[in-house]
Amino acid sequence: MSTSYLVRNARVLGGAPTDLLLRDGVVAAVGSDLAADGAEVVDADGLVALPGLVDLHTHLREPGREDAETVETGTRAAAMGGFTAVHAMANTDPVADTAGVVEQVWRLGREAGHCDVFPVGAVTVGLLGERLAELGAMADSAARVRVFSDDGKCVSDAVLMRRALEYVKAFDGVVAQHAQDPRLTEEAQMNEGELSGRLGLRGWPAVAEEAIIARDCLLAAHVESRLHVCHVSTAGSVEIVRWAKSKGWNVTAEVCPHHLLLTDALAATYDPIYKVNPPLRAAADVEALRTGLADGTIDAVATDHAPHPHEDKDCEWQAAAFGMLGLETALSIVQETMVDTGLVDWAGVAQRMSYRPAQIGRLADHGRPVAQGEPANVVLYDPAVSRVIDATETASLSRNTPYAGRTLPGQVVATFLRGRPTVLDGKLT
Amino acid sequence: MKRHLLSAADLTRSDAELILETAEELRSLADRPIKKLPALRGRTIVNLFFEDSTRTRISFEAAAKRLSADVINFSAKGSSVSKGESLKDTALTLEAMGADAVVIRHWASGAPHLLANSGWVRSSVVNAGDGTHEHPTQALLDAFTLKRHLGSLDGRRVVIVGDVLHSRVARSNSLLLQTLGAEVTLVAPPTLLPVGVDGWGVERSYDIDSVLPKADAVMMLRVQRERMNLKGGGFFPSAREYSRRYGMDARRMSVLQDHTVVMHPGPMIRGMEISADVADSDRSVIVEQVTNGVAVRMAVLYLLLSGNESELGRTTSAATDATSAEAAAGGDA
Repeated sequence: MSTSYLVRNARVLGGAPTDLLLRDGVVAAVGSDLAADGAEVVDADGLVALPGLVDLHTHLREPGREDAETVETGTRAAAMGGFTAVHAMANTDPVADTAGVVEQVWRLGREAGHCDVFPVGAVTVGLLGERLAELGAMADSAARVRVFSDDGKCVSDAVLMRRALEYVKAFDGVVAQHAQDPRLTEEAQMNEGELSGRLGLRGWPAVAEEAIIARDCLLAAHVESRLHVCHVSTAGSVEIVRWAKSKGWNVTAEVCPHHLLLTDALAATYDPIYKVNPPLRAAADVEALRTGLADGTIDAVATDHAPHPHEDKDCEWQAAAFGMLGLETALSIVQETMVDTGLVDWAGVAQRMSYRPAQIGRLADHGRPVAQGEPANVVLYDPAVSRVIDATETASLSRNTPYAGRTLPGQVVATFLRGRPTVLDGKLT
Repeated sequence: MKRHLLSAADLTRSDAELILETAEELRSLADRPIKKLPALRGRTIVNLFFEDSTRTRISFEAAAKRLSADVINFSAKGSSVSKGESLKDTALTLEAMGADAVVIRHWASGAPHLLANSGWVRSSVVNAGDGTHEHPTQALLDAFTLKRHLGSLDGRRVVIVGDVLHSRVARSNSLLLQTLGAEVTLVAPPTLLPVGVDGWGVERSYDIDSVLPKADAVMMLRVQRERMNLKGGGFFPSAREYSRRYGMDARRMSVLQDHTVVMHPGPMIRGMEISADVADSDRSVIVEQVTNGVAVRMAVLYLLLSGNESELGRTTSAATDATSAEAAAGGDA
């Protein structure tokens, strides 16, 4: 296999067509009519070149739930979606709350080789919300953990959250909070509103998310630490983050693709493919999330890719698992909701799906511009095509995509990880 | 009419009236010595109960048997999410047995919807109560009972009192009674009214005493204490306070209009939401609701499984002969 690639006529960040020479893991040259010089030529006519995407929020399920996803299959899905780096959430079994587990996940990612895997460490032992996990040991491990989260569970105890925020300052870590007041959401099934009342599904009030975000912003300000808010889903959450940023506090936030597109009206189907945590919200929330992502209040798009085996979704809504796939469709959803609507351009997409998430995760070699001398982590994306999503064709081991049967714009044509294609011609290499 | 009865919202006014008229014809059977029609002979109806409910199950069973259907009772108990056979596998089993209709009671809201739309079964699905969602045949029997006492429901005021939040009966009645032209007022402490209830098209009140004088019917809901055991999540301070503020007792009964009836879907907790004086009074139609339940469920099963009312006219008149013959031949009654 060739070790260097000449990408012809790619539109970097949607700009004028140019050639890119990828050699020895870096972008060796950028310009028009570059000589192939032994490199394999990739025709990128009409394609947009973006920096390799970085996901702050991925569930790879390994170790423990290899029936849903493995590091191998999850990173294949990531590559197919244009990602060159993913942060693997800690809610595995065993929980990623020790240096041993995070190093195992990190090593599995290196062996798979489809994209870089950066494990997220649990904030508390066993995600139990009782005492801090060995955050320092995880930070010092080979996995060099910088993002800590009990995702799936909220660090609801205010003192514990304060301690976590303080402690991670020693190694420039960040606490990524899954903001969900547990008492306000006991047995909650869907967004609380008129529809939850009609459907007889227990409501999940916006305040359960917003109250925790407000508290955590105040805590982060008080101890002068860094807070990242996972998957904001309500208009009120956007307002609170906007307020915290206006104070100059070190708060960042992410939004999931599905919250940019889908609404709680889908719950009326009682099809648990639409059951997710946080739940799909109202149309006004979707609108506020798009606005917040466009104006920079929300820093990043993160997938919350959450694979589940078929049987966990082929059942009663109440009995079903929370979560939906996201890696392979994220860029298309962002195109549909943010680019095609004129809210952001491709440079804006690079900012929100690569540069900012890499900065938040403190990744040095990801989220870099597509420019000479930079790491050759590059996606080639065709925004002009459209595709019908087929759940049986996912690279992920699971099939729980909420977009099955939908037509989405765009297609990842190639993904390069340090100059090596993980996806070429729209297929895994 | 649609092929399934999942929600009271599935019924147009003419659908609902057809069911109630059919039930009226069928109810006359209850007064005959032989209470059986051959209308659904050879058809199989499965009562699929994932939640205990003796009264609803036997009501459906009696309805199906009076139409000469074969009845299979399938009790898949265990309200825990984690244990037991999945709904899908249960459904596939029933399909393999050739059920023509599945009457389902389930602890999960939407389970009948899932069963009807999943492609697992081809049979008609009747919702016999799902979670805190709906119980459409209860609403039909309530409407039927009301019509017998009040005539047309157009402009009639029906007051529903109690745990609306957790009540599938309140949801189905709110929908159906409005379809039939009645005005519905929901009365409950604010903690027991769902968020968004103002979008249901009903009136709501926190004060029972202000709405009783104008009511044509008062429907008391059971206060489902078993659904209120979330720690620290008490919906009201005490049973006594609830009873004082929202219970139907002799004093409150005395302000009702002469024709006003008092209903309860059962099982009732005497002394909690309804006092014994009221439950046993002349205004109470609670026992009649049970009788009417069988007729209404017969009508629903009949219309879903065998089509139109003109056919029913023939079978009703032929009933005595046919069922006598079947009884003589050792039918399954």
